[in-house]
Amino acid sequence: MSLLSQGAELSPQIAAEQAGLGPSLAGVDDFIALMKPRVMSLVVFTALVGLLVAPGHLHPVLGAAALLCIAVGAGAAGALNMWYDADIDAVMSRTARRPIPAGRVTPGEALGFGITMAAGSVLVLGLVANWIAAGLLAFTIFFYAVIYTIWLKRSTPQNIVIGGAAGAFPPMIGWAAATGGIGLESIFLFLIIFLWTPPHFWALALCRTGDYERAGVPMLPVVAGTRETIRQIRIYALVLLPVGVAPWLIGAASAVYGITAALAGALLLAFAWRVRSGGREAKALFGYSILYLFVLFAMLLVDHALFNGMSFSSWGQILAAR
Amino acid sequence: MDKKRDDDRRGGIVLTEEQKRRRRARSLAIALVLGGLVLLFYIITIVRLGPNVLTRPL
Repeated sequence: MSLLSQGAELSPQIAAEQAGLGPSLAGVDDFIALMKPRVMSLVVFTALVGLLVAPGHLHPVLGAAALLCIAVGAGAAGALNMWYDADIDAVMSRTARRPIPAGRVTPGEALGFGITMAAGSVLVLGLVANWIAAGLLAFTIFFYAVIYTIWLKRSTPQNIVIGGAAGAFPPMIGWAAATGGIGLESIFLFLIIFLWTPPHFWALALCRTGDYERAGVPMLPVVAGTRETIRQIRIYALVLLPVGVAPWLIGAASAVYGITAALAGALLLAFAWRVRSGGREAKALFGYSILYLFVLFAMLLVDHALFNGMSFSSWGQILAAR
Repeated sequence: MDKKRDDDRRGGIVLTEEQKRRRRARSLAIALVLGGLVLLFYIITIVRLGPNVLTRPL
């Protein structure tokens, strides 16, 4: 029985804290945690690649400011996600120590923080780069916070498939910041991350099935079982292989990139084929999937620095002309 | 001490040392972010104006 039901009077301080009106317990590190810095680092890296491999030119200072806006926008989406998901975060062991379920940040603080940063990042990106990039960033934040977090995550096992689009937009935003448009190459960068997301997250979900079940999140392993999840992981890994090589096939990258992407994709497929349950193999696939994405995007960057975006065939023509 | 006793008497919220420390850290972080934004907007303005700022008619 609670104190209130016994008719006991609470001190003003305790009453205010219970109503979320008391003095804040949040530290600066809690607000940084709300921004999901690890996710943010992947967003910044893929956006940087999109920005640098794009044919347009953006002054380095404006490019750095655009990247900062994309990072803050991603952080805003993370904060809004934690605001809405605080109830399920509290029952999952992986997320129970996040600032809101741990009681250090109130939901209102997280919501205000998220909305302020979202609005600020979109406005500044529009002024620094262009309004196409700003519009894409606004759509990405909306897609992650509303379409994925509020709608899809709790209603369908395809949540991370469709929601994965939010994580796939950053290189396209970087590209749009540099060029003011959306090129075919940036669509392939989007597709690489979009198709990479299901095997990456389902590998993690296989290891955390109990957590998701307790929280009532209909992840694929919970709804369809381990076998069906593994089957779908393999299908996505199979489709991802040629899409990963595609930048070379369309002439946006050299053969060095193409061969690296083919080998990395084949290895991802091998890791996917080894998975039998939510054990060590699934963890290995999860770990390798992060390395796979890093290698592909890092190679695009190296490739661009070495060959300045020229395809292998165009280098062949230059050499032949000599 | 007198202030604390005054707050107690009025039934106001009295912050613990930990809460005060965290509030100070938040205030400092907000000040740094605002200062950083001022600097960022200044640099962006100069970069966007480019060399034309020096050739404008006086």
